[in-house]
Amino acid sequence: MKHLVSALAGAIAVSMAAAPVLADKLTIATVNNGDMVRMQKLTDDFTAKHPDIELEWVTLEENVLRQRVTTDVATKGGQYDVMTIGTYEVPIWGKKGWLVSLNDLPASYDVGDILPAIRSGLTVDGNLYAAPFYGESSMVMYRTDLMEKAGLEMPEAPTWDFIGKAARAMTDRENEIYGVCLRGKAGWGENAAFLTATANSFGAKWFDMDWQPQFTGEAWKKTLSYYIDLMNDAGPPGASSNGFNENLALFQSGKCGMWIDATVAASFVTNSNDSAVADKVGFALAPDNGLGKRGNWLWAWSLAIPAGTKQAESAKKFVAWATSKEYLELVASKEGWANVPPGTRASLYANPEYAKVPFAKMTLDSINSADPTKPTVDPVPYVGIQFVAIPEFQGIATAVGQQFSAALAGNITVDQALANAQRITERAMKKARYIK
Amino acid sequence: MSRTAIDYHKVLMTGLAWGIGLMIFFPILWTIMTSFKTEADAIASPPLFLGFDWTLENYSEVQERSNYFRHFWNSVVVSFGSTFLGLLIAIPAAWAMAFVPAKRTKDVLMWMLSTKMLPPVGVLIPIYLLFRDTGLLDTLTGLVLVLTLINLPIIIWMLYTYFKEIPGEILEAARMDGATLWAEIAHVLTPMAVPGIASTLLLNVILAWNEAFWTLNLTAAKAAPLTAFIASYSSPEGLFYAKLSAASTMAIAPILIMGWFSQKQLVRGLTFGAVK
Repeated sequence: MKHLVSALAGAIAVSMAAAPVLADKLTIATVNNGDMVRMQKLTDDFTAKHPDIELEWVTLEENVLRQRVTTDVATKGGQYDVMTIGTYEVPIWGKKGWLVSLNDLPASYDVGDILPAIRSGLTVDGNLYAAPFYGESSMVMYRTDLMEKAGLEMPEAPTWDFIGKAARAMTDRENEIYGVCLRGKAGWGENAAFLTATANSFGAKWFDMDWQPQFTGEAWKKTLSYYIDLMNDAGPPGASSNGFNENLALFQSGKCGMWIDATVAASFVTNSNDSAVADKVGFALAPDNGLGKRGNWLWAWSLAIPAGTKQAESAKKFVAWATSKEYLELVASKEGWANVPPGTRASLYANPEYAKVPFAKMTLDSINSADPTKPTVDPVPYVGIQFVAIPEFQGIATAVGQQFSAALAGNITVDQALANAQRITERAMKKARYIK
Repeated sequence: MSRTAIDYHKVLMTGLAWGIGLMIFFPILWTIMTSFKTEADAIASPPLFLGFDWTLENYSEVQERSNYFRHFWNSVVVSFGSTFLGLLIAIPAAWAMAFVPAKRTKDVLMWMLSTKMLPPVGVLIPIYLLFRDTGLLDTLTGLVLVLTLINLPIIIWMLYTYFKEIPGEILEAARMDGATLWAEIAHVLTPMAVPGIASTLLLNVILAWNEAFWTLNLTAAKAAPLTAFIASYSSPEGLFYAKLSAASTMAIAPILIMGWFSQKQLVRGLTFGAVK
């Protein structure tokens, strides 16, 4: 026992002392999703082209990653050379000078090929601060067989009225078929994201031009009332705890007539290995109310280089490789076109092979119909469709999302939820000195 | 009470204990079972209990994608390293408080405990900056230091409680026989307190093994322990429950096995002094 303890103590001491750092080792922080994991598996292609650069991966759950990279970039900790961040972080971090500009990427990279909506979300004052790895919007995914059974036909660009009518017609509670599955779980990236995008199509907004919160307006009341009535009539039980994954599981097991969520879900629900309804799925644009804005959002997981890195040049080489046209072709050659990271480059959608992928056109149309610089019917002082690109938004929207979730669960009324949301937001905005 | 009544009571209590035990263990059992399912079976509704196709696919994928043994070794270094270092500081501290109490000893003990009441995120940025400036970010040395400091109040409190049970006269006798202070602590007190020290060690290894705030926030690639390994399989956008369960099972297995073999010591240590 004594020997074992000594051996263990010795080994621990050696481990703690060892730590030489290699000059060209890039540490890349990334999220855990199918496309990113695939990229890790394909990095031999990059290291073969750049034998002087070694890659080290830190893969984390989205919220953990966000906390870690935010701490690191804000303190210039220098732990990461490449970070995976979204369209929420880029405008804020770019403005603060926390990111390295990517304006000098080589001409062969063809920045002009990046979809304009995505590119504008990653550009601050004319500087591109992140390169999109994959882009997504939201759209309606629906069961073609249930729609037919209900005697309805899904238009390519449905209205919220049609969605409500179809959802109620498709609902068959006895057989556990629910007309519509929507996010209800509280969180700024969960129900608050969905309802913020939905509210845009109802003419609602988070703030007016003076940063005054707008939850007491008629448009927010219409949005929340519509959502809660619809979910009560045609949603699954316990919807207030359903997020993306829970709804995905419900849809894949054949329990949802429609699901309005991220376009990236299209590849999951049409994959016959996991989805029981793979061959019965149709797609349509996110609904609108005829006010000129649809309820779809825009997001792009993108690769950015923190200003604290000492290896910016090597990091740029990696970012250019991972977000290039050649990388898309590499994925297609190894795993097929359906597995190519979607939503970033116009050339991908011009490719006749990719056009055969069932959700390709609708994904592109959804992305093109989103404009993060003009997200609402009325003018607003912020950018972002399903979020407001200010640092305070995560905290505020999570608290507001909890109110919406409580209203969905029936614990409070729509009016109470909106009054609470108004109070929470006002207090936070006063504290942050946007308003007096 | 008649014999039948006693038997009936015994059966009832045994049944109740088993019921509570199973209830506590069920989430772990479910995680282990899910790790052998396909992703489709993992989300099946109604949930599949035993009637599914058992597969090792998730384990092989996790092995292929991550360097489990590096994370495992980091966890071993961090949990045992911080516990040993903690004991080295805590044994003399607890000796002083138990056998040579001062006027403010109780206050000091309470103050130490109060440091546990602070939400860790409140000191994340200062600690992060200190680590950045001293080059301790993403190093095992840094993690050992921070976990030692975090668990030190618990180690001192536990040891203090055990030491209080040891009669001071024995130490006095050693002193009269000419033992130095160090000899008194090392050769008289420590051997007598081995059961208490052992259970303190075990409990703190478990606490350090499971610590998931500092170990996630102060590491990147090199010093990341098993908590980071689990976090790399969780995802709000994509169903990876079976793979996540496989990663969790691999992360908890070592500590579960250690806990199983040392449960006698643990129970003895945790209930020490509870019944007098």
